[in-house]
Amino acid sequence: MSTLSISGLNVFFSTEDGPLHALKDVGFDVPERRIVGIVGESGCGKSTLINAILGLLADNGEVRSGQILFEGAHDLARLSPAEMRDLRGPRISTVFQDPMGALNPVLSVGQQMINIQYRDSATKAEKAARAIEMLQLVRIPDADSALDRYPHQFSGGMKQRIAIAMALMMEPALLIADEPTTALDATLEVTTIELLKDLQEKIGCSVMFISHHLGVIAELCDDVVVMYAGEVVERGSVRDVFQNPSHPYTRRLLDCDPARQTERTRILPTIPGEIPDLRQRPPGCVFGARCLERHEGCDAPQTERLVGGAHAARCNLVGQPAQEGASA
Amino acid sequence: MSTEPILSVKDVQVSFPVGSLVSRGAILGVAGVSFEVRPGETFALVGESGSGKTTLARAINGLQQISEGSITFDGDRIDGLNKARMKPVRKRMSMMFQDPVGSLSPRMTVGDLVTEPFRIHGTEGRNLREEAVRLLTLVGLPADFASRYPHQLSGGQARRVGVARAIALDPALIIADEPTAGLDVSVQGEVLNLLNDLRERLGLAMVIITHNLHVVHHVADRTAVMYLGRFVETGETEAMFAAPRHPYTAALLSANPEPDPDKVHDRITLPAEVPSLLSRPPGCEFHTRCPWVQDTCRTTPPPGGDVSCHFPLAPGAKPPAERALT
Repeated sequence: MSTLSISGLNVFFSTEDGPLHALKDVGFDVPERRIVGIVGESGCGKSTLINAILGLLADNGEVRSGQILFEGAHDLARLSPAEMRDLRGPRISTVFQDPMGALNPVLSVGQQMINIQYRDSATKAEKAARAIEMLQLVRIPDADSALDRYPHQFSGGMKQRIAIAMALMMEPALLIADEPTTALDATLEVTTIELLKDLQEKIGCSVMFISHHLGVIAELCDDVVVMYAGEVVERGSVRDVFQNPSHPYTRRLLDCDPARQTERTRILPTIPGEIPDLRQRPPGCVFGARCLERHEGCDAPQTERLVGGAHAARCNLVGQPAQEGASA
Repeated sequence: MSTEPILSVKDVQVSFPVGSLVSRGAILGVAGVSFEVRPGETFALVGESGSGKTTLARAINGLQQISEGSITFDGDRIDGLNKARMKPVRKRMSMMFQDPVGSLSPRMTVGDLVTEPFRIHGTEGRNLREEAVRLLTLVGLPADFASRYPHQLSGGQARRVGVARAIALDPALIIADEPTAGLDVSVQGEVLNLLNDLRERLGLAMVIITHNLHVVHHVADRTAVMYLGRFVETGETEAMFAAPRHPYTAALLSANPEPDPDKVHDRITLPAEVPSLLSRPPGCEFHTRCPWVQDTCRTTPPPGGDVSCHFPLAPGAKPPAERALT
């Protein structure tokens, strides 16, 4: 059974200029004990997806159809706010990009870590002991005295690790990590990723890891979901997708990563053009206008096609003979 | 490439007062750095957050007083100039700030924004409308963008407007603070290509501040790696990437995650945390995290020069096996 199973999800926002189709037919699974990376550029619907899962869509947003099945039992798209509140925190927790924004600057770290265990009937001493244990787990030196300190007394990397400790303290079934390493520099980024991987194994939770850093996804995740303009354009295991990218967008995105250019170059590859207006989605392929492999079949609506195994892409070229040197 | 540097920074220190009335002290945000940038050259400052990159950039631009050292721009000392005397300098040295949308006033149109430098520094009979079109074309935006507002721009477009503002007055030097932070990979390339192109066409010198090493590799001629407000290594970018000589540079380079799931990572992990600027470690300031640390490093400051290390690494050096850190 998957921890999270999303199918046929359509999310709309009502705007002054008409309805905006933010997520279109989104479907993928976060299997138990796996780390699934969601990758895509700004405007691809990553934040909308998180908010839909957490039941935190803005007032003008609406899940029009589809299912967000959590642990096979709860459809998160249909839960009442009270039921949702019971899941958020103990069962589904989140880590965000900015650790300073996630921690209360006027409360000591220990106070915050004890406060978030308010549902637990344990004594205060037991809760404090649990907080210390978690801080040790995320390798905060001198965890005992760390409880008395305030967020500003920790470095950026440590603050993010404290945020991770807090998110995992209640041993949730699903951790949603939204660009948790973007604000950190390279060495801290790697340490944080390794830590997340360790903790995920220890606690046995599933992780949905959102990032636009392809290198981090390749290193940390088991599966990857590539999103573009509110659609899942490709999904599969990290190895399948990164070694045999089958959607033209995925190929272009990988080409653009400066890390892939081992030779020094003065001209970096780009993807010219813009994401289409989501109020007027093109009838055919959503990437069509920017695609280098565009042909007449692209004007028809695209369906997801299997590349092999659990590897699928929303492109009508998939399944046809591979085209040599198709991606420029 | 001419030999006269356009910018020359010598032994610059920036200190910030800390503490209360009873326990006054100061921390050094920038603790003595020197470098030169020549016309047409791109110089990169790399380092983690808190290493003093932005403080140094602000000091060069006169937004931050320096406590020691000197800054020479185009042959003239510019440190310590007052606001009025700094104004003509800023015409020739422009700054691109980090947040692409936040650095643009939401109430001004793109046309007003890109011509604002002329209104500040005197228009001298320029036709602002024509200037706006010229600048927008130069950075690859359609002329009709002049009537748009910042909230109608994407991140990449906002960056381009930032670039247009920076080049409006034909500066000799651009200081770009994290020009690609927060941008998608596909757009990041666009902005860097644009900066490279303008640098070549207009003969600009550039100082780029970033923590993204992949970016540095492709755009910078020379690179300086900062740690706790000092340069630990300076050199030609390509040589540094091929064979880093300071352990910190080596660790930064080895930490770069690459989009290949089967890549075998030969990583140098740094133990311990970044020390606080309030209590700088004695000896070599990197010794608390250095895998190659020796006794000398704990007591004696390293020599200066291009590599600030007692024992610079040989090419391809591997860290010694796990050792107990004291």
